[in-house]
Amino acid sequence: MRTSKSVESLKPSGIRKFFELIIGREDVISLGVGEPDFPVPWRIREEMIYSLEKGITSYTSNYGLYELRESIANYYEKFGVKCTAENVIVTTGVSEAVDIALRAILNPGEGVLIPEPCYVSYLPLTVLAGGVALSYPTTPDFIPTCEEMLKIAKKAESEGVKIKAVMINYPNNPTGVSYNRSILEEIADFAVEKDAVVISDEIYSELSYSFKHRSIASLEGMLERSVILNGFSKAYSMTGLRVGYAIAPEDIFNAMLKIHQYCMLCAPVISQIGAIEALRNGEKDLEEMRAEYIRRRNFFVKRIKNVFDVKKPDGAFYAFPSISKTGLDSEEFAKRLLFEKKVAVVPGSAFGDCGEGYIRCAYAVGMDKLKEAVERIVEFVESL
Amino acid sequence: MDKKAQEVLRLLENDARLTFREIAEMIGISEDEVREIVKKAEDNGIILKYKTLINWEKFGEEPVYAVIDIRVTLTREKSYDDIAKRIAKYPEVHAVRLISGDYDFQVVVKGKSLKDVSFFVAEKISTIPEVLTTVTHFVLRTYKEEGVLLFKEEEDRRLAITP
Repeated sequence: MRTSKSVESLKPSGIRKFFELIIGREDVISLGVGEPDFPVPWRIREEMIYSLEKGITSYTSNYGLYELRESIANYYEKFGVKCTAENVIVTTGVSEAVDIALRAILNPGEGVLIPEPCYVSYLPLTVLAGGVALSYPTTPDFIPTCEEMLKIAKKAESEGVKIKAVMINYPNNPTGVSYNRSILEEIADFAVEKDAVVISDEIYSELSYSFKHRSIASLEGMLERSVILNGFSKAYSMTGLRVGYAIAPEDIFNAMLKIHQYCMLCAPVISQIGAIEALRNGEKDLEEMRAEYIRRRNFFVKRIKNVFDVKKPDGAFYAFPSISKTGLDSEEFAKRLLFEKKVAVVPGSAFGDCGEGYIRCAYAVGMDKLKEAVERIVEFVESL
Repeated sequence: MDKKAQEVLRLLENDARLTFREIAEMIGISEDEVREIVKKAEDNGIILKYKTLINWEKFGEEPVYAVIDIRVTLTREKSYDDIAKRIAKYPEVHAVRLISGDYDFQVVVKGKSLKDVSFFVAEKISTIPEVLTTVTHFVLRTYKEEGVLLFKEEEDRRLAITP
């Protein structure tokens, strides 16, 4: 075999598989898109166009533009974290940040706790970094508990696996659930007990609706053992521009930087310029988008509740209703919904075994389409 | 100010065809509450009218719009309000605004042709005793109206399924 065993060991992406089914189909309303439907606010685009005109197209420092790092450090105070520009590394989206954080931390065979259902990249990237992915189930409300963490940790430790890191993502993709202070404290206590690093993916932090987002690194003593990951894709719709960042304590920061300078060199300069403008003047655009997401969430949840059990999402733009009462598995449900009613959703199984029995519906579409989509879903369920 | 009422009005301002039920579901209040807010706003003249924004050019009609800057002289008997009301009552007049700067009023006039609009200004506005001068600007093309872009907006280029 010419390709690496660790790559071969990875399961094919459930999302990819489903994507192939949709290609070429017309009139499909997709609730499967994990990115905002709003365009990048014009002031941000204007700033990037202007930077191109001025010929700003070279590499930046490996760290990222200092002005951006400084604004990120100031910005994170709103989530309770006091750090300096020296702790901030600008990355090519959060995807890269997850990768280099895991590679910076893990020795071969060390374990990472991953609550399921979860974002699709955590498990494969852990494996590729040589680690052991320790998935554990969350509560029926999708909350990670100390009890489950201890259970999986105990099992792993009995097999000689050291718990090195705890991965969390809130507001969560795919469930839309977020963690309040007491949940964060439970996770933090566990991390302290195991002397583990918390990798906290907070990419949806600006899209928090039920309560104010607070970073786990804001809890006492946690800044020293947390790697915060965030970016501009979801808050400012800058998905394709690939700009994110990590805030990390010095030793981990230096290790991440070493990897970043070889594998990425720097994040795209044009996107970094856009990001500076986003933090400087983007608040009003963000507020409008947030208000619209809240309306869509309220509308969608209210309607879908007529046929399914669903936890009202605290943030992001996903609802994760249970389809178990239909008797179909999530892939079958999603396929039939697509073929029979032309609505695309992502089967929950794409987000780990614990996602089975659910579908992920992204309400990142306009109200008109959302209305039509939910009507079709209800029709479909009633026809079963 | 009442935040819920504000949100209801914002939604209606953008789309007057939303049903009470839809608005209620979006904001998370009851349908009756929405109905009450709208009724009150209608009664108090907060909601002025429900209109439809139409691109008449696309329909094949080409109404002529002109922006008229007007300078007036004030007297003890005639205030800005008096003059404005006289101008506003003509059905040809689309909008009347008191403005700062070199001129006093900005008036938008709608007519069937250039001549139509020009004669209206010459005969009905310039002849008002308090009007000193007028400058007529004909509108050649409109790019944005009431916050709506009149050129093709960008397409949604997102992939159908992304993680």
